[in-house]
Amino acid sequence: MTTRVGVVTFPGSLDDRDAQRAVRLAGAEPVALWHRDKDLHQVDAVVLPGGFSYGDYLRCGAISRFSPVMDTVIEQAKLGMPVLGICNGFQVLCESHLLPGALTRNDSLHFICRDQKLRIENAGTAWTRDYSAGQEIVVPLKNGEGRFVADERVLDELEAEGRVVARYLDVNPNGSYRDIAGITNAAGNVVGLMPHPEHAVEPLTGPTTEGLGFFTSVLKQLVNA
Amino acid sequence: MSLDTVKNAEQTPDAGQPWAELGLKEDEYARIREILGRRPTGAELAMYSVMWSEHCSYKSSKVHLKQFGEKAPENDAMLVGIGENAGVVDVGQGYAVTFKVESHNHPSYIEPYQGAATGIGGIVRDILAMGARPVAVMDPLRFGAADHPDTRRVLPGIVAGIGGYGNCLGLPNIGGEVVFDSCYQGNPLVNALCVGVMKHEDIHLAQASGPGNKVILYGARTGGDGIGGVSVLASETFDATGPAKRPAVQVGDPFQEKLLIECTLEIFKEDLVAGIQDLGGAGLSCATSELASAGTGGMRIELDTVPLRDHTLSPEEILMSESQERMCAIVEPGKVDRFLEICEKWDVIATVIGEVTDGERLEIFWHGELVVDVPPRTVAHEGPTYHRPFARPSWQDALQADAPTASRLARPANGAELKDALLKVAGSPNQASKAWITDQYDRYVLGNTVLATPEDSGMIRIDEETNLGVSVATDGNGRYTKLDPYAGAQLALAEAYRNVAAGGAKPLAVSDCLNFGSPEDPDVMWQFAEATRGLADACQVLGTPVTGGNVSLYNQTGDVAIHPTPVVAVLGVIDDVTRRTPVGFAEEGQLLYLLGDTADELGGSAWSQVVHGHLGGLPPKVDLERERLLGEILIAASRDGMVDAAHDLSDGGLAQALVESCLKGGKGARVVVPEGTDPFVFLFSESAGRAVVAVPRSEELRFNDMCGARGLPAARIGVVDGEALEVQGQFTVTLAELRDAHTGVIEALLA
Repeated sequence: MTTRVGVVTFPGSLDDRDAQRAVRLAGAEPVALWHRDKDLHQVDAVVLPGGFSYGDYLRCGAISRFSPVMDTVIEQAKLGMPVLGICNGFQVLCESHLLPGALTRNDSLHFICRDQKLRIENAGTAWTRDYSAGQEIVVPLKNGEGRFVADERVLDELEAEGRVVARYLDVNPNGSYRDIAGITNAAGNVVGLMPHPEHAVEPLTGPTTEGLGFFTSVLKQLVNA
Repeated sequence: MSLDTVKNAEQTPDAGQPWAELGLKEDEYARIREILGRRPTGAELAMYSVMWSEHCSYKSSKVHLKQFGEKAPENDAMLVGIGENAGVVDVGQGYAVTFKVESHNHPSYIEPYQGAATGIGGIVRDILAMGARPVAVMDPLRFGAADHPDTRRVLPGIVAGIGGYGNCLGLPNIGGEVVFDSCYQGNPLVNALCVGVMKHEDIHLAQASGPGNKVILYGARTGGDGIGGVSVLASETFDATGPAKRPAVQVGDPFQEKLLIECTLEIFKEDLVAGIQDLGGAGLSCATSELASAGTGGMRIELDTVPLRDHTLSPEEILMSESQERMCAIVEPGKVDRFLEICEKWDVIATVIGEVTDGERLEIFWHGELVVDVPPRTVAHEGPTYHRPFARPSWQDALQADAPTASRLARPANGAELKDALLKVAGSPNQASKAWITDQYDRYVLGNTVLATPEDSGMIRIDEETNLGVSVATDGNGRYTKLDPYAGAQLALAEAYRNVAAGGAKPLAVSDCLNFGSPEDPDVMWQFAEATRGLADACQVLGTPVTGGNVSLYNQTGDVAIHPTPVVAVLGVIDDVTRRTPVGFAEEGQLLYLLGDTADELGGSAWSQVVHGHLGGLPPKVDLERERLLGEILIAASRDGMVDAAHDLSDGGLAQALVESCLKGGKGARVVVPEGTDPFVFLFSESAGRAVVAVPRSEELRFNDMCGARGLPAARIGVVDGEALEVQGQFTVTLAELRDAHTGVIEALLA
């Protein structure tokens, strides 16, 4: 049976089709999920894509977090369903308290789009099993509010528990604390990532294909589960 | 507050009206009275004044613009020509592409962020209204001197506005231009281009036919923004105590526009509209009169049903409001429910505001009283036409006589001086890397961007199965056009054409944005006449018709006009985007060939500007047959894998092209000056019809044979090699030195 990976479309989601393409290229079946629909349509995992849901008005992710679909996503995430939040999706996960911390305005005060080098710090999560710890990859980064912040206690806890999934290398593009590009929850099934692996899945359109691993990882996770 | 109804207008024929304040001439006002057989109501006056403005009616330019139609080359690819929201071109496999470039110059100077943002919003809705999914945007920009304090106010705001709107809308920004010149100090140019893709059967037109069909206004509520000059009317005629001047610049909401796009595409998919028009300049006045005029003629609107943000708005203001993110659709009665349902799904407000009638009048009611009763064609399509006087400026001969000869401008005399000039040009604001600007735009979203700035063109894949794609380049050189408007416009086309071909795509069609000074100045009008004639002639030779575009006049401060700046966008098609050719030199050992002829042509050049602050002489010679041949060679070489990199030669000549290709690919080059050629001319001449290509050694024979057989001069000038750019016998400059000179320039001046 094909693995079904849901991609949620909120009003203002932009990279939803890109995430669906990445899921397809990884060998799974992408399933479009609609923000008003509580039903997850028997998907095995969920991607919350990038974009500007609700225009990023009020606070990034703050309104989407209250959409009907998120009730079910939060419930299932707590039961262990793999959930990946990319960029705006990461912001939604923080607003939902599935992940700690918050994403604030870049320290440059500018939106930034660049090919970003990352180091995978934790290759044990549902979304990073196909990488090795310490592996360096390049994927696009594009955000205006991507600066990960949390208090020292939370940061120390994330570090101590190995919950920093990826870190910026060479350049910290947005002033994220401790160069953090992505984190996971304690169980390792929920991952939030500021850069965009779904834009690095084809040699034609991406700087590399090194983002595909996030999507193949979850397949392996689900098959082995 | 008294309402100026049609009845009232009939009864008070002599009531004074502020037609002059609204920008109408006395004879224009008299013509309106003649058309209506009475004085216009306030609402009618507002409609005519804005629809007969230069911006909406093209009254000064249309006698010249008609050449684009008259001289249009035969082109089977044209599906929809000039006159609609945007032209549509067949690109094969059942796909059609629509694209258009427009200006938003004046608003962007007053309020840089919102001016630039709503410029993107407007052009995207034009493309959407044709039935297409918008897939990419581009921004040709012109600013005053990079080191002028006001440029620090204008540029960051404009760039943030383009990014803020485009990024939130989810459209990749794949190219454009950034040019600095003090002539744009008080008149920055903010042009915006959008490309959209659809299937042939999805093409939609702006027309209201079928009596009984409903008129639906959907999208944002109507507010008091963008009313501009019409506030004169509102405050003077009706309510002197109300809010006086309303903001003339519109405020954009990209989130609303994103919903509008998705909602509209879903509506198209279910075939629910008979006609559609976006609301841009002149708002509802424009949409209702154009839809009615292009349809059967009759339309009845209940203006008080329009959803408002501000309930104090008068009917005149509602008609004029340029509130963004609104569309107007004509829908058969049986399809209205489904239409409204889809709008509800996307949280888009939609309201039936009227219907198509079997009459020939556009009738607008305000709480049951008739306030507008006009023949719509007289508003939308039968505005005034001016034959403005024009004459070759008295200073033109002297300007052309001031040629940058070796005796007039000192030229580099040895290798060290050549190196110095190369670094100066590469590090000047116009030639320096624009990454600080373009990195504020999302170029990845939608996942189909194959090439983006700083490549020669932006390229988008439109079919993931077949790899069919399109590419677009925009170019325009105000300095060349100042020296010779006829040639300058042709050079803009030639460069955009060359840029598209360099990437491997076949040029198909043109859109243009003609930015000029005041048409009331015969000097400017001559520039305009010459430039349009030049462009129309060149399009005819190259077989690329103008499909649409925009004219922006009055770009001047006091008596001083900007350089005439026709910005030309060329759209090309490529059957297989995996064959595209990038600009970067990436493979050591590949051979560098210079294609085309190099003459001593430095008039209007980057070198003359950067090193001497000089503008004079003649621009490079135009040879359109050569451009076509060069294009064919570049396309064939790309398709057959004979070149791995190609870069067109333009501003800064070969020197600048080598710098950019080396830095982009991360590899150096060893170059030899051909025997009998002056090294300075070799490096800095801006002769047109040229490109530099990197040829794999295994392909050299085949490539040479092709150029020889077709008669294109191709000179082997060097090899991709090492960590430096070496011009043998002259100088060596390391990639690190080049990078230092070329990057960081813009942010140092403006961040």
